[in-house]
Amino acid sequence: MAEPHLPERQSPLEPEHHPGSHGNFEHGVDVILSETRAGSILQLAAWPGEEKRLIEIIRKVTGLALPDGAGGGVNSGARAVFGFAPGKFTVVDEAEGLAQAFAGSITPAIGTLTDLSHGRTAIRIAGPKAEWVMAKFFAIDFALPAFPLGAGRSTNHHDIFAQIQRSGADQFDIYVFRSFARSFWKALCHASEEVGYEVQ
Amino acid sequence: MLITCPYCGPRDVIEFTYQGDGNRERPQPASQDLDAWNAYVYDRLNPAGDHNEIWQHSGGCRAHLRVVRNTITHEILSTAFARGGHKSTENRAEGRS
Ligand SMILES: [Zn+2]
Repeated sequence: MAEPHLPERQSPLEPEHHPGSHGNFEHGVDVILSETRAGSILQLAAWPGEEKRLIEIIRKVTGLALPDGAGGGVNSGARAVFGFAPGKFTVVDEAEGLAQAFAGSITPAIGTLTDLSHGRTAIRIAGPKAEWVMAKFFAIDFALPAFPLGAGRSTNHHDIFAQIQRSGADQFDIYVFRSFARSFWKALCHASEEVGYEVQ
Repeated sequence: MLITCPYCGPRDVIEFTYQGDGNRERPQPASQDLDAWNAYVYDRLNPAGDHNEIWQHSGGCRAHLRVVRNTITHEILSTAFARGGHKSTENRAEGRS
């Protein structure tokens, strides 16, 4: 299949993206903020009863095996997948073209694929105070036993929807609407000031 | 008030949207039974106690849920996916058939 001719993507964070150390960092930076700039962000949904077939297709195409259970997920670095609702999964690849890799395998009888690569922005927060800063935004439990490695969560911040994957013991990837990404990024920077943050 | 979503776990009520009384039974769309339509639109049990309700986890997984809530204490007695409705459940509030 021919590669799609998509326009080069501009970061919505650009005017507010200032690499370097900021805030109260005299004693070190406790969180690092960055945009992962994933090439592919897909939403896959199975019809009721077709969940296992969809999970198998995801495994074949991405090589990632979803663990059992609500909100389960796995993150290999280059690729990530997590459940965000019953029978629904977010699948991410650092490279573009993942939607084409799924083409033909998710038949109308199994479910649907929605390519959100241009509709979501992935923001990463990492560091010893990542849980602390995240807890200012989202009313969910970020402790490792309650929010295990690779797991996904659907929640919101001031009525703006967000999906969160724990991509490391002290690292989270936040998927927000592209149109709200700059606003969220600015809020995240403000919330990180007290602990000292570095933008990469 | 916390509502435990069967998918997402316990979440603040701010993430949920109330979708109405779970005791209502919608007549078939072609029904000409005006009493049945009147009951569907207007009749409410309005109990002081356990109440069957439909909520949506609109700020989370977006699933529709059937919830039994105590209208006096706001205690959530049970939550489950709404598929099938309150009629099909064993968790239905007592005495409100
Ligand atoms: Zn939920």
